[in-house]
Amino acid sequence: MARKRIGRSTLSFAGRPVIVATAAVAGPDEGKGPLGGEFDDVKKDRLLGNKSWEKAEAQLLTEVITIVMGKANLDQSQVDLLAAGDLLNQIISADFTAREFTIPFLGLFGACSTMAESLIVAAMAVDGGYADNVVAAASSHFDTAERQFRYPIEHGTQRHPTTQWTATGAGAALVSSMGRGPVITAATIGAVVDYNQKNINDMGAAMAPAAADTIARHLQGTGRRPEDYDLIVTGDLAAVGLPVAADMLKEQGLDLGARFGDCGLMLYDHEKQDVHAGGSGCACSALVFCAHIHRLLQRGQYRRVLLVGTGALFSPTSAQQGESIPGIAHAVEIEAGEVEAGEVKAGEVKAEEVKAGEVKAEEGNP
Amino acid sequence: MTKASKKEQQHFERLLRKHRPNPPVLRNTVTAFITGGTITALAQLVMNFFLARGVKPLEATAFTSAVMIFAGSFLTAIGVYDLIGRWGGMGAALPITGFANAVVSPALEYKREGYVLGLGAKMFVVAGPVIVFGVVTAFVVSLLRLLLWGVG
Amino acid sequence: MITVFWAFIVGGGLCVLAQLALDLGVGKVTPAHVLVGAVVVGAILSGLGLYSPLVALGGAGATIPILGFGHALVQGSLRDFTLRGWVGLLTGGFTATALGLSTVVILGFLAALLFNPKRKY
Repeated sequence: MARKRIGRSTLSFAGRPVIVATAAVAGPDEGKGPLGGEFDDVKKDRLLGNKSWEKAEAQLLTEVITIVMGKANLDQSQVDLLAAGDLLNQIISADFTAREFTIPFLGLFGACSTMAESLIVAAMAVDGGYADNVVAAASSHFDTAERQFRYPIEHGTQRHPTTQWTATGAGAALVSSMGRGPVITAATIGAVVDYNQKNINDMGAAMAPAAADTIARHLQGTGRRPEDYDLIVTGDLAAVGLPVAADMLKEQGLDLGARFGDCGLMLYDHEKQDVHAGGSGCACSALVFCAHIHRLLQRGQYRRVLLVGTGALFSPTSAQQGESIPGIAHAVEIEAGEVEAGEVKAGEVKAEEVKAGEVKAEEGNP
Repeated sequence: MTKASKKEQQHFERLLRKHRPNPPVLRNTVTAFITGGTITALAQLVMNFFLARGVKPLEATAFTSAVMIFAGSFLTAIGVYDLIGRWGGMGAALPITGFANAVVSPALEYKREGYVLGLGAKMFVVAGPVIVFGVVTAFVVSLLRLLLWGVG
Repeated sequence: MITVFWAFIVGGGLCVLAQLALDLGVGKVTPAHVLVGAVVVGAILSGLGLYSPLVALGGAGATIPILGFGHALVQGSLRDFTLRGWVGLLTGGFTATALGLSTVVILGFLAALLFNPKRKY
């Protein structure tokens, strides 16, 4: 009998795994976005002096893991597990990153939901007593994704307004059995949901039903209502998927209102940056969570957040063979730990400006 | 696995239609017209140059294509053609300069997988279908024309 | 200069048709599909004798868009047929387009030797 389950697919972490530190390393476009000042490092170009985009992505992931361990004052010998993934075939970015460390490694694939997936794996390992310190990480890179899923970089094609922009960067979170910081209290592992969407230029539509399904099941499992959360944030449904998911939840009597946001709509400046429907890729929710949301939880500005990682589980092969795009969503519930007085410095809250839902005005705007 | 039923799918499509932006057809049409028109007008200038020098029309056409291919390849190599394509859409893709772009861009991109299996094998990954369908259709069309209309 | 004007109109017009084919077939039609469709349409129109008048009017406006490639393939086959008989049907298409195809392969190879993909926007 699984003692730590509540409801059909929700997990409860009574052991209170703590996210003691997070780190985020962003690419140049992400650095120009509204969260630019919150990243640990912003790269000037996307190649980082490497010979290939793939090497650059692995470097981003390696750097971010090194930074997060440094922030937590941990040596790699003290980390029990690395749970990481990315978008590339056979998750090579994570594989080649793990090669740089001696940490036991679980490679994860959840498309853009990987950050949430890795947090769940980390929380389960810690809460189950299998690990004291786990690094959960994810990366993506515009050019590696573009050449794998779409066209060569120099190929001149127009992008559809529903197309999402793969974020360049990597995020990592250190989940520990002790220490101070936001606590992972519950999680819902998503089931694959398929509404027969076949347009690879509109992944938000393919993932929206999975997001709605997982959010509804998480609320049911935990017995909470939308009002219990300061933020319910998907990563990343973007401008098309978010309102669709909101509508689907409304039809089930769950009105999420303005607290429902999306990492893909928070990462870029939609006025100035031509990212179409919004950001995507593992790095999108990884960057927004690790750089922004975690900080606001640490400061106590958010008391409880539901991070819902969403993934479109297709490959170029499956799409060309006419298969529909299965969607998945994993929800992770994170609560602010005890907030230390003095940690919240007045005037330092510029990040507040990026409110969820605010960017909703984007929709329908070609 | 949860695969939605037909009814759920239909309902979902209705929701989608409400929120999914359409491509800006009018804007795309205008930019495609300007881009495509400009490229072909420039090509005509090149062609007139050859014709003025007494090159036969048939050869002038082929020379013009080669010059435009050079222009498209060069603009791709220096990283400009994809910007033209982003703005001009099919206006940049349909002219032969776009064909050059479709050949040169994978050649640049996949060089990292080696000269034989990367550059050589992937060069026609986008443009290959055009040649395949062009050659097959042309063969069938020519054959039919000769069989139906006879020689002449 | 009137030839340049008509090249602009005909070339631009063909691109507009291609753009409409792309935009009105959202999600199902990719640029690759449109280009393949264009070359097929060009070859068929050429076989029906409808493309040559367009070339007469638009000049480069009709030969430079990829439909002109289909046209060149068909006209090349028919021309070589008159010169060499049935074997010309197989040689003509490539003969007519050899200059362009060789140029693009050689330039593509050279470009890849000298340049790398760049990042922008």
